Amino acid sequence: MPNTDTAPLVEMRNISIAFGGIKAVDGVSVDLRPGEVVGLLGHNGAGKSTLIKILSGAYRPDAGEIYVNGQHADIGSPRDAKRYGIETIYQTLALADNIDAAGNIFLGREVLTPYGTLDDATMEAETRKVMSRLNPHFRRFKEPVKALSGGQRQSVAIARAIYFNARVLIMDEPTAALGPAETQQVADLVLQLKKEGIGIFLISHDIHDVFGLADRVSVMKNGKLVGTASVSDVTQDEVLGMIILGKCPAGATPGPGAS
Amino acid sequence: MTAPATTTAPPQSSSSEGSLLSKLEIDVRMLGMLGALAVIWIGFDILSGGLFLTPRNLWNLSVQTASIAVMSTGMVLIIVTRNIDLSVGAILGLVGMIVGVVQVQWLPGWLGFEHWLTAPIAVLIAIAVGGAIGLFQGWLIAYLGIPSFIVTLGGLLVWRGAAWWVTAGQTIAPMDTRFKAFGGGVEGALGANATWVIAAIACGLIVVALGFARRRRIRFGFPVRPGWADAVIAVLACGAVLGAAVIANSYPLPAGTARRWAEANGIAWPEGGLIIPHGVALPVLIAVVVGLFMTFLAKRRRFGRYVFAIGGNPEAAELSGINTRWTLMKVFGLMGLLCGISACISTARLNAATNAAGTLDELYVIASAVIGGTSLAGGIGTIAGAMLGALVMQSLQSGMVLLGVDTPLQNIVVGAVLVLAVWVDSLYRRRIK
Repeated sequence: MPNTDTAPLVEMRNISIAFGGIKAVDGVSVDLRPGEVVGLLGHNGAGKSTLIKILSGAYRPDAGEIYVNGQHADIGSPRDAKRYGIETIYQTLALADNIDAAGNIFLGREVLTPYGTLDDATMEAETRKVMSRLNPHFRRFKEPVKALSGGQRQSVAIARAIYFNARVLIMDEPTAALGPAETQQVADLVLQLKKEGIGIFLISHDIHDVFGLADRVSVMKNGKLVGTASVSDVTQDEVLGMIILGKCPAGATPGPGAS
Repeated sequence: MTAPATTTAPPQSSSSEGSLLSKLEIDVRMLGMLGALAVIWIGFDILSGGLFLTPRNLWNLSVQTASIAVMSTGMVLIIVTRNIDLSVGAILGLVGMIVGVVQVQWLPGWLGFEHWLTAPIAVLIAIAVGGAIGLFQGWLIAYLGIPSFIVTLGGLLVWRGAAWWVTAGQTIAPMDTRFKAFGGGVEGALGANATWVIAAIACGLIVVALGFARRRRIRFGFPVRPGWADAVIAVLACGAVLGAAVIANSYPLPAGTARRWAEANGIAWPEGGLIIPHGVALPVLIAVVVGLFMTFLAKRRRFGRYVFAIGGNPEAAELSGINTRWTLMKVFGLMGLLCGISACISTARLNAATNAAGTLDELYVIASAVIGGTSLAGGIGTIAGAMLGALVMQSLQSGMVLLGVDTPLQNIVVGAVLVLAVWVDSLYRRRIK
């Protein structure tokens, strides 16, 4: 278990956002400590992805605050989030298909030569380094990522997130498109990053995935937080009850969405 | 240097031709376009009884291509970002009128006629006005979210109308003598010596650039193409440059013009006449420099990387922290600026500013980019391809003029070739996928 007495790496307090009158996220509070994996669970449309898109700067919340290391953080754009060390692996991967692996990993944060031109050689060298750690068989450095397999694309997206020394990693359905071997690779990576003290939000609708990796789970339903619990305090069936019925068991701290 | 294990080449097709091309790292599409161009040139040469492949015709062809080629380099970036610009011809018309008024009506009042500052000031004003119009349209598109098709369709009408308003429809002529150099012609022919110097510099730069790229890859331990492949590329590129120089230098000035030039320079006019070569034309040199600069922007600068990222996946570009709106606005600003340069070229070439200048240019510019391999779906396109596309279109037109084909039939052929080129390209893309 990670130590619970340190200040949270990230704390989102009473976050709300509405799209056209529909409250996608309604007063949700979650937190994350260093070296901790928190699983965000819920049905499709429960508001998980919207919540993490607020943290990664893609959306601005209507209400609520975000604290990073106990300090109030103003995150208005993806660039701001990255400045706080918050990196995201999106469910869609968010890769520019027509650009090669190095171009995608360094997109928006290119390495420049002293003359202000793109330093492609350095970027390719760094890409080879980080990819050899994630996917040792990766060879297609010069091809647009469109030509890559699902697993290879996934490793490019992961490389982009971990290369810049992330302190908080958000993984939105990281294994949805992967085979069993690649899923295991991602699981190993999560445990390794956890050891390095990185905090990870793991968004998934696969409860088995999450129970294997997460220290705590937060469950959302209809945009509201049902509750948060240590995985050691609740059973998988109880968590399923939280997801489906919104019923908060005894081992969990109930949220505003608990019925 | 220890090469890492990654030097194993990616799986290649078994055909020997494919592996040869991949060793040379030559773009097969580009090769296909050069092949099409060769077919067009040789075909017209045979049909016209040897009139097409003469230094004189090729020189004129290069000058005629310059204006569209300059604008096509900007259109590539616009189409790559999944946008379109229908207003380029109208912007060219308006800027051309302004350039005419500036040097014929405004500047002579302050500087007197034929002042050496007239041409530079006129060009700067053209670039500034074109760029400002482009930025304004880009702002409407990027920040107000109006579709580019609509903004530039409106622009087509607005700027064409504005061109008429500048002089209430009057044509303005003649242009300043130094300004006329931008249009090619005798004033814009740089002469044999300058042409050789430029060609030599270009060859030197090609060799140095290839050498630097190779050394850099070796230093990082990346796979490099074999030495002979680099040598072949260097020889081919330098050969093309020197060949162009030879052609430009074997087109002599007409006897009368040569005589005037000789008299002006205090050279006695010999009995048999003087052979004074044209050399490369200024507008062609401008187009080549613009092409190189735009390629540099597209390939070596952050801006270009962002342009292509936006075209490949706009949402991903946004999530990467790229300021997509400002990038888009700059792309349209650049397009307007290039229209300003083309306005100078075409106004100078015509030696007059008319409010019909640039009519239908938007379609030729878009067609050049598309024939040159720019995908209307966005994300794909090269500057060199678009310029080659412009040359293909101009070759078709100029060849048909040589053959005396009626104008309506010329349009029919050019239109059919555009559709055919895009169809062939889509077949090719499907096959490599």
